[in-house]
Amino acid sequence: MIQVSNISKSFGGKPVLRDISITFEKGKANLIIGQSGSGKTVLMKCMVGLLEVDEGVVMYDDRLFSDKSTTAHSSNGVNRQSIRRDIGMMFQGGALFDSQTVEENVIFPLSMFTNMSEEEKLDRANFCLDRVHLENANKLFPAELSGGMQKRVAIARAISMNPKYLFCDEPNSGLDPKTAIVIDNLIHEITHEFDITTIINSHDMNSVMEIGDKVVFIHNGEKWWEGTNEEILSADNEELNDFIFAAKYLKALKK
Amino acid sequence: MELFYHLGRYYMMLKLVFKRPEKWSIYLRQIIREIDSIGISSIGIVAILSVFMGAVICIQTAFGVDGAAWMPLYAVGFTARESIILEFSPTIICLILAGKVGSHISSELGTMRVTEQIDALEIMGVNSAGYLIFPKIIAAIFIFPFLIIMSMGLGLFGGWFIGVSTGAVTSYEYIYGIQYDFQPFNVTYALIKTVFFAFIIISVSAYCGYYTKGGALEVGKSSTKAVVYSSIAVLLVNLLLTQLILG
Repeated sequence: MIQVSNISKSFGGKPVLRDISITFEKGKANLIIGQSGSGKTVLMKCMVGLLEVDEGVVMYDDRLFSDKSTTAHSSNGVNRQSIRRDIGMMFQGGALFDSQTVEENVIFPLSMFTNMSEEEKLDRANFCLDRVHLENANKLFPAELSGGMQKRVAIARAISMNPKYLFCDEPNSGLDPKTAIVIDNLIHEITHEFDITTIINSHDMNSVMEIGDKVVFIHNGEKWWEGTNEEILSADNEELNDFIFAAKYLKALKK
Repeated sequence: MELFYHLGRYYMMLKLVFKRPEKWSIYLRQIIREIDSIGISSIGIVAILSVFMGAVICIQTAFGVDGAAWMPLYAVGFTARESIILEFSPTIICLILAGKVGSHISSELGTMRVTEQIDALEIMGVNSAGYLIFPKIIAAIFIFPFLIIMSMGLGLFGGWFIGVSTGAVTSYEYIYGIQYDFQPFNVTYALIKTVFFAFIIISVSAYCGYYTKGGALEVGKSSTKAVVYSSIAVLLVNLLLTQLILG
Protein backbone atom coordinates (compact mmCIF):
# COMPACT_ATOMS: atom_id res chain seq x y z
CA MET A 1 0.00 0.00 0.00
CA ILE A 2 1.20 3.50 -0.82
CA GLN A 3 -0.12 6.49 1.04
CA VAL A 4 0.20 10.00 -0.29
CA SER A 5 -0.82 12.66 2.22
CA ASN A 6 -1.36 16.33 1.48
CA ILE A 7 1.34 16.66 -1.14
CA SER A 8 1.85 19.88 -3.03
CA LYS A 9 4.34 20.77 -5.71
CA SER A 10 4.95 23.94 -7.66
CA PHE A 11 7.41 25.03 -10.35
CA GLY A 12 8.62 28.62 -10.30
CA GLY A 13 5.76 29.63 -8.01
CA LYS A 14 3.15 28.00 -10.24
CA PRO A 15 1.32 25.24 -8.34
CA VAL A 16 1.12 21.96 -10.24
CA LEU A 17 -0.14 19.71 -7.43
CA ARG A 18 -2.36 21.01 -4.64
CA ASP A 19 -2.89 19.15 -1.37
CA ILE A 20 -3.33 15.67 -2.83
CA SER A 21 -4.08 12.71 -0.55
CA ILE A 22 -4.62 9.23 -1.98
CA THR A 23 -4.23 5.65 -0.77
CA PHE A 24 -3.15 3.16 -3.42
CA GLU A 25 -4.12 -0.35 -2.46
CA LYS A 26 -2.09 -3.54 -2.64
CA GLY A 27 -2.90 -6.12 -5.29
CA LYS A 28 -4.87 -3.61 -7.33
CA ALA A 29 -4.30 -1.71 -10.54
CA ASN A 30 -4.66 1.90 -9.38
CA LEU A 31 -5.17 4.30 -12.27
CA ILE A 32 -4.43 8.01 -12.16
CA ILE A 33 -6.33 9.67 -14.97
CA GLY A 34 -6.61 13.25 -16.15
CA GLN A 35 -6.05 15.53 -19.08
CA SER A 36 -2.58 16.25 -20.43
CA GLY A 37 -0.95 18.81 -18.12
CA SER A 38 -3.19 17.97 -15.17
CA GLY A 39 -0.21 16.89 -13.03
CA LYS A 40 -0.38 13.08 -13.30
CA THR A 41 3.27 12.61 -14.26
CA VAL A 42 4.44 15.14 -11.66
CA LEU A 43 2.45 13.24 -9.02
CA MET A 44 4.06 9.97 -10.08
CA LYS A 45 7.55 11.52 -10.13
CA CYS A 46 6.97 12.91 -6.64
CA MET A 47 5.90 9.48 -5.45
CA VAL A 48 9.06 7.77 -6.73
CA GLY A 49 11.33 10.63 -5.63
CA LEU A 50 12.39 11.91 -9.04
CA LEU A 51 10.90 15.22 -7.91
CA GLU A 52 10.88 16.50 -4.34
CA VAL A 53 7.52 17.44 -2.89
CA ASP A 54 7.12 20.97 -1.49
CA GLU A 55 4.76 19.74 1.19
CA GLY A 56 3.29 16.44 2.28
CA VAL A 57 4.29 12.86 2.96
CA VAL A 58 4.70 9.71 0.85
CA MET A 59 4.64 6.40 2.73
CA TYR A 60 5.31 2.91 1.36
CA ASP A 61 3.71 0.35 3.68
CA ASP A 62 4.27 2.68 6.65
CA ARG A 63 7.85 3.37 5.56
CA LEU A 64 8.57 7.07 5.17
CA PHE A 65 9.75 7.91 1.65
CA SER A 66 9.55 11.69 1.41
CA ASP A 67 8.51 14.11 4.04
CA LYS A 68 8.71 17.88 3.93
CA SER A 69 6.31 18.51 6.77
CA THR A 70 8.45 17.16 9.58
CA THR A 71 12.12 17.18 10.49
CA ALA A 72 12.59 13.51 9.63
CA HIS A 73 14.96 14.24 6.73
CA SER A 74 17.88 12.38 8.26
CA SER A 75 16.11 9.03 7.99
CA ASN A 76 15.04 9.72 4.41
CA GLY A 77 18.27 8.81 2.64
CA VAL A 78 18.50 5.38 4.21
CA ASN A 79 14.82 4.55 3.71
CA ARG A 80 14.67 5.84 0.19
CA GLN A 81 17.36 3.53 -1.19
CA SER A 82 15.83 0.46 0.43
CA ILE A 83 12.32 1.40 -0.72
CA ARG A 84 13.56 2.05 -4.25
CA ARG A 85 14.82 -1.52 -4.50
CA ASP A 86 11.15 -2.54 -4.09
CA ILE A 87 9.99 -0.26 -6.90
CA GLY A 88 9.70 -1.19 -10.56
CA MET A 89 8.92 1.51 -13.05
CA MET A 90 7.90 1.47 -16.66
CA PHE A 91 8.50 4.84 -18.31
CA GLN A 92 6.39 6.37 -21.05
CA GLY A 93 9.18 5.95 -23.62
CA GLY A 94 10.41 2.65 -22.18
CA ALA A 95 13.73 4.17 -21.00
CA LEU A 96 15.59 1.03 -22.02
CA PHE A 97 19.38 1.28 -22.06
CA ASP A 98 20.23 1.69 -25.77
CA SER A 99 23.69 0.23 -25.48
CA GLN A 100 22.45 -3.01 -23.92
CA THR A 101 20.53 -5.90 -25.43
CA VAL A 102 17.07 -6.88 -24.22
CA GLU A 103 18.58 -9.59 -22.03
CA GLU A 104 21.19 -7.23 -20.56
CA ASN A 105 18.49 -4.65 -19.82
CA VAL A 106 16.50 -7.19 -17.80
CA ILE A 107 19.59 -8.61 -16.10
CA PHE A 108 20.97 -5.16 -15.16
CA PRO A 109 19.15 -4.68 -11.82
CA LEU A 110 19.92 -8.28 -10.88
CA SER A 111 23.63 -7.77 -11.53
CA MET A 112 23.61 -4.55 -9.57
CA PHE A 113 21.76 -5.65 -6.46
CA THR A 114 21.92 -9.43 -6.15
CA ASN A 115 24.63 -12.04 -5.85
CA MET A 116 22.95 -14.41 -8.30
CA SER A 117 25.16 -16.50 -10.57
CA GLU A 118 25.17 -15.76 -14.32
CA GLU A 119 22.99 -18.82 -14.88
CA GLU A 120 20.44 -17.76 -12.26
CA LYS A 121 20.30 -14.25 -13.69
CA LEU A 122 19.74 -15.61 -17.18
CA ASP A 123 16.98 -17.91 -15.91
CA ARG A 124 15.28 -15.01 -14.17
CA ALA A 125 15.58 -12.81 -17.28
CA ASN A 126 14.12 -15.56 -19.45
CA PHE A 127 11.27 -16.04 -16.97
CA CYS A 128 10.46 -12.31 -17.04
CA LEU A 129 10.69 -12.12 -20.83
CA ASP A 130 8.49 -15.21 -21.19
CA ARG A 131 6.02 -13.65 -18.78
CA VAL A 132 5.62 -10.65 -21.09
CA HIS A 133 5.43 -12.98 -24.10
CA LEU A 134 8.77 -11.94 -25.56
CA GLU A 135 10.65 -14.99 -26.66
CA ASN A 136 13.65 -14.99 -29.01
CA ALA A 137 14.31 -11.31 -28.48
CA ASN A 138 17.12 -11.68 -25.92
CA LYS A 139 19.94 -10.59 -28.18
CA LEU A 140 18.15 -7.71 -29.89
CA PHE A 141 18.88 -4.07 -29.08
CA PRO A 142 16.04 -1.67 -28.12
CA ALA A 143 16.38 0.14 -31.45
CA GLU A 144 15.51 -3.12 -33.22
CA LEU A 145 12.20 -3.52 -31.36
CA SER A 146 8.73 -2.17 -32.08
CA GLY A 147 7.06 0.24 -29.61
CA GLY A 148 4.94 -2.54 -28.09
CA MET A 149 7.94 -4.83 -27.69
CA GLN A 150 9.93 -2.04 -26.02
CA LYS A 151 7.09 -1.56 -23.50
CA ARG A 152 7.07 -5.28 -22.80
CA VAL A 153 10.84 -5.29 -22.20
CA ALA A 154 10.33 -2.33 -19.87
CA ILE A 155 7.76 -4.35 -17.92
CA ALA A 156 10.08 -7.37 -17.84
CA ARG A 157 12.90 -5.18 -16.47
CA ALA A 158 10.53 -3.61 -13.94
CA ILE A 159 9.44 -6.99 -12.54
CA SER A 160 12.87 -8.65 -12.63
CA MET A 161 13.57 -7.72 -9.01
CA ASN A 162 10.16 -8.91 -7.75
CA PRO A 163 9.00 -5.39 -6.91
CA LYS A 164 6.31 -4.68 -4.33
CA TYR A 165 5.29 -1.54 -6.19
CA LEU A 166 4.97 -1.09 -9.94
CA PHE A 167 4.64 2.32 -11.58
CA CYS A 168 3.60 2.65 -15.22
CA ASP A 169 3.66 6.06 -16.85
CA GLU A 170 1.29 6.09 -19.82
CA PRO A 171 1.97 2.43 -20.67
CA ASN A 172 0.00 2.40 -23.88
CA SER A 173 0.76 5.80 -25.34
CA GLY A 174 1.78 5.55 -28.97
CA LEU A 175 0.46 2.01 -29.35
CA ASP A 176 -2.32 0.76 -31.58
CA PRO A 177 -5.55 -0.19 -29.70
CA LYS A 178 -4.92 -3.92 -29.95
CA THR A 179 -1.34 -3.74 -28.61
CA ALA A 180 -2.51 -1.27 -25.96
CA ILE A 181 -5.00 -3.84 -24.67
CA VAL A 182 -2.27 -6.52 -24.62
CA ILE A 183 -0.07 -4.23 -22.49
CA ASP A 184 -2.99 -3.32 -20.18
CA ASN A 185 -3.91 -6.94 -19.64
CA LEU A 186 -0.28 -7.83 -19.00
CA ILE A 187 0.00 -5.18 -16.28
CA HIS A 188 -3.29 -6.33 -14.77
CA GLU A 189 -2.25 -9.99 -14.75
CA ILE A 190 1.15 -9.21 -13.23
CA THR A 191 -0.47 -7.05 -10.54
CA HIS A 192 -2.76 -9.86 -9.40
CA GLU A 193 -0.29 -12.70 -9.95
CA PHE A 194 2.47 -11.12 -7.83
CA ASP A 195 0.09 -9.20 -5.51
CA ILE A 196 1.83 -5.87 -6.06
CA THR A 197 0.66 -2.29 -5.70
CA THR A 198 0.44 -0.96 -9.23
CA ILE A 199 -0.01 2.69 -10.13
CA ILE A 200 -0.74 3.54 -13.73
CA ASN A 201 -0.84 7.00 -15.29
CA SER A 202 -3.18 7.09 -18.23
CA HIS A 203 -5.64 9.14 -20.19
CA ASP A 204 -6.88 6.16 -22.11
CA MET A 205 -10.48 5.30 -21.20
CA ASN A 206 -10.05 1.76 -22.55
CA SER A 207 -7.42 1.15 -19.85
CA VAL A 208 -9.73 2.60 -17.20
CA MET A 209 -12.59 0.30 -18.13
CA GLU A 210 -10.39 -2.77 -18.72
CA ILE A 211 -8.08 -2.76 -15.71
CA GLY A 212 -8.92 0.13 -13.36
CA ASP A 213 -9.53 -1.55 -10.01
CA LYS A 214 -9.29 1.90 -8.51
CA VAL A 215 -9.42 5.18 -10.42
CA VAL A 216 -8.30 8.63 -9.31
CA PHE A 217 -9.15 11.65 -11.46
CA ILE A 218 -6.74 14.59 -11.29
CA HIS A 219 -7.89 17.96 -12.58
CA ASN A 220 -5.76 21.13 -12.51
CA GLY A 221 -3.40 19.58 -9.97
CA GLU A 222 -6.15 18.56 -7.55
CA LYS A 223 -7.78 15.25 -6.77
CA TRP A 224 -11.24 15.65 -8.24
CA TRP A 225 -12.75 12.18 -7.97
CA GLU A 226 -11.91 8.71 -6.66
CA GLY A 227 -13.73 5.40 -7.22
CA THR A 228 -13.81 2.19 -9.24
CA ASN A 229 -14.17 1.67 -12.98
CA GLU A 230 -17.72 0.53 -12.39
CA GLU A 231 -18.65 3.76 -10.62
CA ILE A 232 -16.95 6.10 -13.07
CA LEU A 233 -19.61 6.06 -15.78
CA SER A 234 -22.33 7.07 -13.38
CA ALA A 235 -20.23 9.61 -11.47
CA ASP A 236 -21.90 12.94 -10.89
CA ASN A 237 -18.90 15.15 -11.59
CA GLU A 238 -18.91 17.65 -14.42
CA GLU A 239 -15.15 17.77 -15.09
CA LEU A 240 -14.86 13.99 -14.93
CA ASN A 241 -17.78 13.57 -17.32
CA ASP A 242 -16.20 16.12 -19.67
CA PHE A 243 -13.04 14.06 -19.63
CA ILE A 244 -14.69 10.66 -20.05
CA PHE A 245 -17.24 11.71 -22.63
CA ALA A 246 -14.98 14.07 -24.56
CA ALA A 247 -16.10 12.67 -27.90
CA LYS A 248 -19.40 14.10 -29.17
CA TYR A 249 -20.92 10.71 -29.89
CA LEU A 250 -20.09 9.49 -26.38
CA LYS A 251 -21.67 12.63 -24.93
CA ALA A 252 -24.80 11.95 -26.92
CA LEU A 253 -24.74 8.35 -25.73
CA LYS A 254 -24.50 9.48 -22.10
CA LYS A 255 -27.49 11.80 -22.51
CA MET B 1 25.76 34.41 -9.94
CA GLU B 2 25.09 31.71 -12.49
CA LEU B 3 28.77 30.74 -12.38
CA PHE B 4 28.49 30.00 -8.65
CA TYR B 5 25.30 28.01 -9.24
CA HIS B 6 27.10 25.83 -11.78
CA LEU B 7 30.22 25.49 -9.62
CA GLY B 8 28.06 24.41 -6.69
CA ARG B 9 26.13 21.90 -8.76
CA TYR B 10 29.38 20.60 -10.31
CA TYR B 11 30.75 20.04 -6.81
CA MET B 12 27.54 18.27 -5.74
CA MET B 13 27.76 16.05 -8.81
CA LEU B 14 31.38 15.15 -7.99
CA LYS B 15 30.30 14.20 -4.47
CA LEU B 16 27.82 11.74 -5.99
CA VAL B 17 30.38 10.48 -8.50
CA PHE B 18 32.86 9.56 -5.78
CA LYS B 19 30.32 7.91 -3.49
CA ARG B 20 31.06 4.27 -2.68
CA PRO B 21 29.99 2.12 -5.66
CA GLU B 22 27.07 -0.29 -5.21
CA LYS B 23 29.09 -3.13 -6.74
CA TRP B 24 32.78 -2.85 -7.62
CA SER B 25 32.69 -5.68 -10.17
CA ILE B 26 30.13 -3.80 -12.31
CA TYR B 27 32.14 -0.59 -12.08
CA LEU B 28 35.36 -2.40 -13.06
CA ARG B 29 33.63 -3.82 -16.12
CA GLN B 30 32.45 -0.33 -16.99
CA ILE B 31 35.97 1.08 -16.56
CA ILE B 32 37.33 -1.45 -19.06
CA ARG B 33 34.56 -0.55 -21.54
CA GLU B 34 35.32 3.13 -21.11
CA ILE B 35 39.06 2.60 -21.62
CA ASP B 36 38.12 1.18 -25.00
CA SER B 37 35.56 3.87 -25.77
CA ILE B 38 37.61 6.84 -24.59
CA GLY B 39 41.19 5.70 -25.16
CA ILE B 40 41.58 2.92 -27.68
CA SER B 41 39.19 4.54 -30.14
CA SER B 42 41.24 7.76 -29.95
CA ILE B 43 44.56 6.18 -30.90
CA GLY B 44 44.06 6.85 -34.61
CA ILE B 45 43.39 10.56 -34.38
CA VAL B 46 46.12 11.06 -31.76
CA ALA B 47 48.64 9.24 -33.96
CA ILE B 48 47.83 11.21 -37.12
CA LEU B 49 47.84 14.57 -35.33
CA SER B 50 51.10 13.82 -33.52
CA VAL B 51 53.03 12.79 -36.63
CA PHE B 52 51.91 15.87 -38.58
CA MET B 53 52.46 18.16 -35.59
CA GLY B 54 56.02 16.88 -35.14
CA ALA B 55 56.69 17.24 -38.86
CA VAL B 56 55.47 20.86 -38.94
CA ILE B 57 57.46 21.80 -35.83
CA CYS B 58 60.57 20.33 -37.44
CA ILE B 59 60.10 22.21 -40.73
CA GLN B 60 59.38 25.52 -38.95
CA THR B 61 62.38 25.18 -36.65
CA ALA B 62 64.66 24.14 -39.51
CA PHE B 63 63.50 27.20 -41.43
CA GLY B 64 64.42 29.45 -38.47
CA VAL B 65 67.76 27.72 -37.85
CA ASP B 66 68.62 27.95 -41.52
CA GLY B 67 68.42 31.75 -41.35
CA ALA B 68 70.53 32.00 -38.21
CA ALA B 69 74.05 30.78 -38.95
CA TRP B 70 75.06 30.91 -35.26
CA MET B 71 72.52 28.21 -34.34
CA PRO B 72 73.63 24.57 -34.61
CA LEU B 73 71.44 22.22 -36.68
CA TYR B 74 70.82 19.93 -33.71
CA ALA B 75 68.69 22.78 -32.34
CA VAL B 76 65.97 21.48 -34.66
CA GLY B 77 65.71 18.22 -32.71
CA PHE B 78 66.14 20.01 -29.38
CA THR B 79 63.35 22.50 -30.11
CA ALA B 80 61.03 19.83 -31.48
CA ARG B 81 61.52 17.75 -28.33
CA GLU B 82 60.93 20.65 -25.94
CA SER B 83 57.83 21.87 -27.81
CA ILE B 84 56.31 18.42 -28.17
CA ILE B 85 56.95 17.21 -24.62
CA LEU B 86 56.18 20.41 -22.78
CA GLU B 87 53.19 21.70 -24.65
CA PHE B 88 52.05 20.16 -27.91
CA SER B 89 51.46 16.61 -26.76
CA PRO B 90 49.92 17.20 -23.34
CA THR B 91 47.94 20.36 -24.11
CA ILE B 92 47.06 20.35 -27.81
CA ILE B 93 46.26 16.64 -27.88
CA CYS B 94 44.13 17.04 -24.75
CA LEU B 95 42.29 19.93 -26.41
CA ILE B 96 41.62 17.67 -29.40
CA LEU B 97 40.43 14.95 -27.01
CA ALA B 98 38.18 17.50 -25.29
CA GLY B 99 36.48 17.88 -28.65
CA LYS B 100 36.28 14.20 -29.49
CA VAL B 101 35.72 12.58 -26.11
CA GLY B 102 33.98 15.53 -24.43
CA SER B 103 31.26 15.87 -27.05
CA HIS B 104 30.76 12.11 -27.08
CA ILE B 105 30.32 11.92 -23.31
CA SER B 106 28.07 14.94 -23.14
CA SER B 107 25.77 13.76 -25.92
CA GLU B 108 25.67 10.22 -24.50
CA LEU B 109 24.64 11.41 -21.03
CA GLY B 110 22.36 14.12 -22.45
CA THR B 111 20.49 11.56 -24.54
CA MET B 112 20.23 9.25 -21.53
CA ARG B 113 18.78 12.14 -19.53
CA VAL B 114 16.15 13.22 -22.05
CA THR B 115 15.08 9.63 -22.77
CA GLU B 116 14.65 9.01 -19.01
CA GLN B 117 17.36 6.33 -18.87
CA ILE B 118 19.04 8.20 -16.01
CA ASP B 119 15.68 8.39 -14.20
CA ALA B 120 15.31 4.64 -14.71
CA LEU B 121 18.68 4.09 -13.01
CA GLU B 122 17.65 6.33 -10.10
CA ILE B 123 14.36 4.46 -9.65
CA MET B 124 16.26 1.18 -9.47
CA GLY B 125 18.24 2.66 -6.59
CA VAL B 126 21.44 3.06 -8.61
CA ASN B 127 23.62 6.11 -7.98
CA SER B 128 23.39 7.22 -11.62
CA ALA B 129 26.14 9.84 -11.43
CA GLY B 130 28.53 7.31 -9.91
CA TYR B 131 27.64 4.51 -12.29
CA LEU B 132 27.83 6.62 -15.43
CA ILE B 133 30.62 9.12 -14.69
CA PHE B 134 33.06 7.49 -12.24
CA PRO B 135 34.21 4.77 -14.70
CA LYS B 136 34.75 7.40 -17.40
CA ILE B 137 36.92 9.55 -15.12
CA ILE B 138 39.03 6.62 -13.95
CA ALA B 139 39.39 5.28 -17.50
CA ALA B 140 40.50 8.68 -18.82
CA ILE B 141 42.96 9.25 -15.97
CA PHE B 142 44.42 5.83 -16.74
CA ILE B 143 44.52 5.93 -20.54
CA PHE B 144 45.27 9.60 -21.34
CA PRO B 145 48.91 9.42 -20.13
CA PHE B 146 49.51 6.44 -22.46
CA LEU B 147 48.03 8.38 -25.36
CA ILE B 148 50.22 11.36 -24.56
CA ILE B 149 53.38 9.24 -24.30
CA MET B 150 52.49 7.70 -27.65
CA SER B 151 51.89 11.19 -29.03
CA MET B 152 55.33 12.34 -27.84
CA GLY B 153 57.02 9.40 -29.53
CA LEU B 154 55.11 9.80 -32.78
CA GLY B 155 55.62 13.58 -32.77
CA LEU B 156 59.37 13.15 -32.48
CA PHE B 157 59.25 10.47 -35.17
CA GLY B 158 57.24 12.78 -37.48
CA GLY B 159 59.87 15.49 -37.02
CA TRP B 160 62.73 13.09 -37.72
CA PHE B 161 61.01 11.63 -40.80
CA ILE B 162 60.25 14.97 -42.44
CA GLY B 163 63.57 16.54 -41.41
CA VAL B 164 65.63 13.70 -42.83
CA SER B 165 63.50 13.10 -45.93
CA THR B 166 63.58 16.79 -46.93
CA GLY B 167 67.27 17.13 -46.07
CA ALA B 168 66.56 19.94 -43.58
CA VAL B 169 68.53 18.10 -40.91
CA THR B 170 70.58 14.91 -40.76
CA SER B 171 69.42 11.94 -38.77
CA TYR B 172 72.50 12.21 -36.48
CA GLU B 173 71.91 15.90 -35.73
CA TYR B 174 68.21 15.44 -35.07
CA ILE B 175 68.77 12.51 -32.71
CA TYR B 176 71.64 14.36 -30.99
CA GLY B 177 69.24 17.32 -30.59
CA ILE B 178 66.48 15.33 -29.00
CA GLN B 179 68.97 13.79 -26.54
CA TYR B 180 70.72 17.07 -25.75
CA ASP B 181 70.23 18.31 -22.16
CA PHE B 182 67.23 16.06 -21.68
CA GLN B 183 65.34 16.67 -18.43
CA PRO B 184 63.25 13.60 -17.52
CA PHE B 185 61.20 15.80 -15.20
CA ASN B 186 59.68 17.47 -18.26
CA VAL B 187 57.93 14.20 -19.09
CA THR B 188 56.71 13.94 -15.50
CA TYR B 189 55.42 17.51 -15.71
CA ALA B 190 53.60 16.70 -18.98
CA LEU B 191 52.01 13.60 -17.46
CA ILE B 192 50.91 15.48 -14.33
CA LYS B 193 49.19 17.99 -16.61
CA THR B 194 47.62 15.17 -18.59
CA VAL B 195 46.06 13.60 -15.51
CA PHE B 196 44.52 16.94 -14.51
CA PHE B 197 43.29 17.54 -18.05
CA ALA B 198 41.75 14.07 -18.21
CA PHE B 199 39.80 14.73 -15.03
CA ILE B 200 38.66 18.16 -16.22
CA ILE B 201 37.61 17.06 -19.71
CA ILE B 202 35.54 14.12 -18.47
CA SER B 203 33.99 15.76 -15.43
CA VAL B 204 33.07 19.04 -17.18
CA SER B 205 31.65 17.25 -20.23
CA ALA B 206 29.75 14.82 -18.01
CA TYR B 207 28.35 17.75 -16.02
CA CYS B 208 27.08 19.40 -19.22
CA GLY B 209 25.44 16.16 -20.38
CA TYR B 210 24.13 14.90 -17.04
CA TYR B 211 22.05 18.01 -16.37
CA THR B 212 20.63 18.37 -19.89
CA LYS B 213 16.99 19.42 -19.94
CA GLY B 214 14.73 19.29 -22.95
CA GLY B 215 15.18 17.34 -26.16
CA ALA B 216 17.47 16.76 -29.11
CA LEU B 217 18.27 20.46 -29.55
CA GLU B 218 19.42 20.76 -25.93
CA VAL B 219 21.55 17.61 -26.27
CA GLY B 220 23.36 19.33 -29.16
CA LYS B 221 23.77 22.51 -27.12
CA SER B 222 25.14 20.54 -24.16
CA SER B 223 27.64 18.88 -26.44
CA THR B 224 28.87 22.24 -27.72
CA LYS B 225 29.02 23.65 -24.18
CA ALA B 226 31.01 20.60 -23.06
CA VAL B 227 33.70 21.22 -25.67
CA VAL B 228 33.87 24.98 -25.05
CA TYR B 229 33.89 24.81 -21.23
CA SER B 230 36.28 21.88 -20.96
CA SER B 231 38.69 23.52 -23.44
CA ILE B 232 38.66 26.80 -21.48
CA ALA B 233 39.13 24.88 -18.22
CA VAL B 234 42.08 22.97 -19.74
CA LEU B 235 43.75 26.23 -20.81
CA LEU B 236 43.25 27.81 -17.38
CA VAL B 237 44.55 24.78 -15.51
CA ASN B 238 47.45 24.55 -17.96
CA LEU B 239 48.53 28.07 -17.02
CA LEU B 240 48.04 27.42 -13.33
CA LEU B 241 49.95 24.12 -13.30
CA THR B 242 52.78 25.50 -15.43
CA GLN B 243 53.23 28.38 -13.01
CA LEU B 244 53.04 26.05 -10.01
CA ILE B 245 55.40 23.37 -11.35
CA LEU B 246 57.84 25.27 -13.54
CA GLY B 247 57.40 28.87 -12.42
